[in-house]
Amino acid sequence: MFPYPILTTFLVLMWLLLNGFTLGHLLLGIIVAVIASWAMASLRPEKPKLKKWYLLPKLLFIVLYDIVRSNIAVALLILRGRKQGHTTGFINLPLELEDSMALAILSIIITSTPGSAWLEYDSHDKSVLLHVLDVIDENQWIETVKERYEKLLLEIFA
Amino acid sequence: MIYTAADVPVPVAIAVAFFLLVGAALALIGAIGFLRLPTFYERLHAPTLGTSWGIGGVMLGSMIFFSVSASRPVVHEILIGLFVTVTTPITLVLLSRAALHRDRAEANGNVPEKRAVTEPEVDVEKSEG
Amino acid sequence: MSAIIIFTAVAVAQLMLAAAMAIASLRIFRGPRAQDRILGLDTLYINAMLMLVTFGIGTGRIVYFEAALVIGMLGFVATVALAKFLMRGEVIE
Repeated sequence: MFPYPILTTFLVLMWLLLNGFTLGHLLLGIIVAVIASWAMASLRPEKPKLKKWYLLPKLLFIVLYDIVRSNIAVALLILRGRKQGHTTGFINLPLELEDSMALAILSIIITSTPGSAWLEYDSHDKSVLLHVLDVIDENQWIETVKERYEKLLLEIFA
Repeated sequence: MIYTAADVPVPVAIAVAFFLLVGAALALIGAIGFLRLPTFYERLHAPTLGTSWGIGGVMLGSMIFFSVSASRPVVHEILIGLFVTVTTPITLVLLSRAALHRDRAEANGNVPEKRAVTEPEVDVEKSEG
Repeated sequence: MSAIIIFTAVAVAQLMLAAAMAIASLRIFRGPRAQDRILGLDTLYINAMLMLVTFGIGTGRIVYFEAALVIGMLGFVATVALAKFLMRGEVIE
């Protein structure tokens, strides 16, 4: 009957956010959400294995803080112009993550922090090609990504 | 339903103005960087200024304004924020993979070579076009 | 007083966003390659979306929010389709 309870709840919440809370909209939203979750079930996606979901807010705060910081850094770098050059380059980052959900979250984190972009993931040798706008120290950069995000993601999707 | 700006108190108005201006300024800086940076892979970083806190600032301003003037929480702007945050990586990854593919096929620019699947020890430094 | 503050902020924000849109369309015309033009289109629609939200604050109508959501979805689909076309649809030889 309800193959994806969390998805169904969020769809109902989204319906109520868009339309305002009335009894009719609640019923209509529940009908739409249940049908949508059946459609989702017939696609048979991989079930994500969430282990320590309580670490997700911590990850969210770290990412929001880092986005603010790198926004300021990139804005200053653009406004400063070409007088003081910056070194830009590609970085090959080896990863231990394998879960596709965790990889998707890591790619969202890396893309939405300005100054780093996720170019392509190679599932064969488990590494990802990044492009970084201002590389100060390549090894330190790899260290930061692994320490700040990958460790937490490995714990969450154990 | 029309909400007028005169109904909100002054501190709220200042907060709304602050978030709006921060968001719009970040979007503008992103666009300037998009014009000035020299190569495609560097230009790829500039619009993410607009899609992270550019959107975030404008959405926060709009959320505060409508919540105060309607005197109930109006948070549906968060849907746009979530949607853009989830879809930007998809467009950027697809676009940069297409760019890498084209640059490799035409062998121009200093693009890292795709590593051979059978031989892991391929020299990466050979990519000078 | 608060009306003056909000209207000034909305006007300034709209000017900045209009400038950003102009720059993005300049990049669409200048290129130099197809991927730059597509990225310019992406920036253009995101700024247009923000512009619609600021219009919503200026006029106090919630309808603009829906228009912004539609622009966001259509723009995303358009960019993905164009990027896919660049990858597969063109024979480079």
